[in-house]
Amino acid sequence: MNRPSLFKMALVHLGLIVTTVAVLYPVLWVIGMALRPGQAFSMDLNPIPAQITFEHFEAVIGTTTADDGWLFGRQLFNSLLVAAITSVIGMILATTAGYAMSRWAFPGRDAGLRLFLITQMFPGVVMAIPLYILLDEMGLLDSLLGLSLVYATTAIPFCTWNMKGFFDTIPVELEEAAQMDGANRWTTFTTIVLPLARPALVVTGLFSFMTAWNEFILAATFMNKETSFTLPVVLQSYVGDYGTEWGHFAAGAVLVSVPVMILFFALQKHLVAGLTAGSVKG
Amino acid sequence: MIGVVIMPMGSPPLSTQANPMRWLLLLLWGVCGTAHSQTLTLWHAYRGTERTALETLLEQYSQTQPGVVIQPRAIPFDGFNAKLEAAVPRGHGPDLFIAAHERLGTWVPLGLVRSNPEAMTNVPPLVEHALFHEGNTYGLPMAFKTLVLFYNKERIETPPESTDALVELATRERDAGRIGLAYQATEPFFHAPWMHGFNGGLMQQGEVRMDRPGAIEALAFAQELSENGLVPKEPTSALVTQLFNDGHAAMVINGPWFLGEVDPQINLGVAPLPTVSATGKAAAPYLTVEAIQVSAHSEHPEAAWALSQWLIQTNQAIFRATEGRQSVATTTAYADPRIAEDPVLMAFHAQLEHTHPMSSGVWMAASWEPLARAIRRVMRGAHSPQAALTAADQEFRVVTAPPPPAANPWPYILIATFLALFACVMMARSAWRQQTSIRDMAHAYRWIAPAALSMGTLVIVPFIVGAAVSLFAHRDGSWTFVGMTHFLDILFARDWPLTSALSFWFTLAVTVMWTAANVILHVGIGVILALFLRTPWLQLKGIYRVLLILPWAIPNYITALIWKGMFHQQFGAINSLLAILGIEPVSWFSQFSTAFAANLITNTWLGFPFMMVVTLGALQAIPGEVEEAASIDGASGWQRFWWVTWPMLKPALLPAIVLGSIWTFNMFNIIYLVSGGEPDGGTEILISEAYRWAFTRGHRYGYAAAYAVLIFGVLLIYSKATDRVLTRRAS
Repeated sequence: MNRPSLFKMALVHLGLIVTTVAVLYPVLWVIGMALRPGQAFSMDLNPIPAQITFEHFEAVIGTTTADDGWLFGRQLFNSLLVAAITSVIGMILATTAGYAMSRWAFPGRDAGLRLFLITQMFPGVVMAIPLYILLDEMGLLDSLLGLSLVYATTAIPFCTWNMKGFFDTIPVELEEAAQMDGANRWTTFTTIVLPLARPALVVTGLFSFMTAWNEFILAATFMNKETSFTLPVVLQSYVGDYGTEWGHFAAGAVLVSVPVMILFFALQKHLVAGLTAGSVKG
Repeated sequence: MIGVVIMPMGSPPLSTQANPMRWLLLLLWGVCGTAHSQTLTLWHAYRGTERTALETLLEQYSQTQPGVVIQPRAIPFDGFNAKLEAAVPRGHGPDLFIAAHERLGTWVPLGLVRSNPEAMTNVPPLVEHALFHEGNTYGLPMAFKTLVLFYNKERIETPPESTDALVELATRERDAGRIGLAYQATEPFFHAPWMHGFNGGLMQQGEVRMDRPGAIEALAFAQELSENGLVPKEPTSALVTQLFNDGHAAMVINGPWFLGEVDPQINLGVAPLPTVSATGKAAAPYLTVEAIQVSAHSEHPEAAWALSQWLIQTNQAIFRATEGRQSVATTTAYADPRIAEDPVLMAFHAQLEHTHPMSSGVWMAASWEPLARAIRRVMRGAHSPQAALTAADQEFRVVTAPPPPAANPWPYILIATFLALFACVMMARSAWRQQTSIRDMAHAYRWIAPAALSMGTLVIVPFIVGAAVSLFAHRDGSWTFVGMTHFLDILFARDWPLTSALSFWFTLAVTVMWTAANVILHVGIGVILALFLRTPWLQLKGIYRVLLILPWAIPNYITALIWKGMFHQQFGAINSLLAILGIEPVSWFSQFSTAFAANLITNTWLGFPFMMVVTLGALQAIPGEVEEAASIDGASGWQRFWWVTWPMLKPALLPAIVLGSIWTFNMFNIIYLVSGGEPDGGTEILISEAYRWAFTRGHRYGYAAAYAVLIFGVLLIYSKATDRVLTRRAS
């Protein structure tokens, strides 16, 4: 790999640093608010508080249930569980559907693809109550599984389209070779196609995870007990009728974003794994 | 903030005549002394000390009443009404809930609440009046909320008793380089004290008007405060708190919730609002009563009623006032020395005499938006008080217009049946024609069946139900079939002139602009950053990548509000930055272009990380050798991107672009939180208009659903256009 001039390297770094600083400025504010004593929304230009306290974090993490269980831990677990189920369901349904749509020109495929797209156009404003009734009839109200199912169906269209788009770039010849060697369709799919599609799987998984991770309106409507709430619902409950406990909210927002960062950090090496380049077109 | 459309579900309102019988039966059953324990669920949105006080009392009550188990449930305020209106009719609601009285106008017709079986005692008449709705009283008052004057005792020796004295004190503060009076001048709720003090109340002699002479004088008074620099510009609740806490503002008009936000080091005084000097009448804020209601679907109404009565008794009220810091509404509680010697609680109590109970009628909720628009127009200097209020009055009349006449449903049913049959026949025919390929491709259907099945049940069915609502008009809990009327009203701009910022076509144009600008910026920035982060020799790539997705990771409710704060005209970070560069401060939300830009900047900040992540993934499909080969051939960076990278990137990126534009089209949050439609509703997009029709304009759910269907239609046309591009590779 030829290295560019020092000047160009400095320029690229400078550009990235400036962008990152601009991007991080509002984030610093959230962190500043989480560490500043009091519940006020700060409008200071300097996001770094004069005085630092961890009381908001303690208050948010230290919530307990009536029988002295660790409420925050329970809600964190709910959130992780819902996001995990959503990602798993979303990825399974989207990779199979995306693969079928990429590989076989079956009747109704284009209509199906279009229909998936169309579902994204339904404004949520008309859906919540019918969904409530539907989940109630299915006995899935107040259940984490029901909530995950709803989230998965909101994530599937993007995931399917995304997987199909990526599968399209993987040459069919690779699979045909394997099938000639006697592998069946499912084996080819899991051993050849899926490993190649790792970057797209990461995007799909991250997207389904985020769909479930930050949503609170449906969660607040479908879940009844504090012990079955997810973290965004808890976070939103710091917003009152008139006033908001901004210190708590900011601390909660920081805590909620930590698992996402960890997940992304862990996944990113697969996202940019350079394994496809050589093997696909080789 | 965000709500959901509530549709009527089954269960007609429990008629009040049928109640006594049922009450009697239940009572007998109770007297016969069953050993069964009764579980009472209670929903509330209390936080902090209020919540602790309530839960302590409930605990006490269950100990004294062995047969009663109480389950308090704290529900976030944001989802409270939506949840309640969905759950109660389905039998999943609570036995009791605590809520502000203004929604009674919606809940009584929906049959959610039970009227009181007996009269209440020991409650101030104004409070009782607030809980009275169309011949019945609903619920018992836990607390009342109203605005008062907070002041910094180090600056203000005696609180002003008249507006003249208030203006004098505020002028003195202004001349000392500070701000005289901080309050949310542009919010009708905070403007209302002046309106009532100048005899300009909305409802007088059974008629609602916005442009009464008193209302005009009140608005002129507020305008004067603003023009003389006595109140801050663009006053948000965060700004008011900040100005008071850092000693910038000596006086604040705010409600009891402000107590939790005041810096404890400030020597705080609380007093009733002053008298309006021009009329000699007290400035009277709105009164909100927080009442405990018995659900109409409760299985233990008499136990629920007994509990709510117990909660408002003197001793419990004193406990809630002293421990929970609530302004309780139990008269005798104020004779107790623990309360009588508390200056804060007594100031709220003194203000109570001079308040206007908010109406529980639906018109009340519909009045906020036109009035807010009028106040902002005046404060911006765009209109005179007279002209602004006349316009507001007209807007209010449109929003509260009676429903269109009922239509005959049969033609619609016939057409719908015919269309459904036709569609079935067409599908069967094409299936028959392609039967061999369908059979050959059976495996493909197995692969997509799970996804198709789950989408069908959980997305398409609810949508059809929701869309059907657009054929009905909703007023005060009753529904009339009106057919296509809503669509015709919207498309032919029968409610507003075509050029008005509130017309469908104007909003559509803004929405299209909003979507296009966003998608170009998201994709542009996302792709550029992804390409940078792919540079082989770059160090610390992992760190940059993780830091750059932060805007996506943090809940956008808080970051959007931080951006709004950064755009503040007087105190925002962006204008301060411009000042360093020698540029005049910009009043971001008073012109369309800058308000639009503020929304756009915020949403770009939120949206580019997703596009960056998708691009990073998509880039992996491009073998590095191809680009290297091009670069050996002497292609410049740009040529290489345009002729080699982009064409290979496009297929993997297109779904994200198309879906990204659909999501942006329906991106309600940012518009609502950042510009709030300012100026004059100009920056609203279609989806935020739909929300306004559903929630702030008299619960016209049918009209809102018609908007939603039209949004769907517009997007369908858009997808037809992109369809060719998208499916080309597949064919």
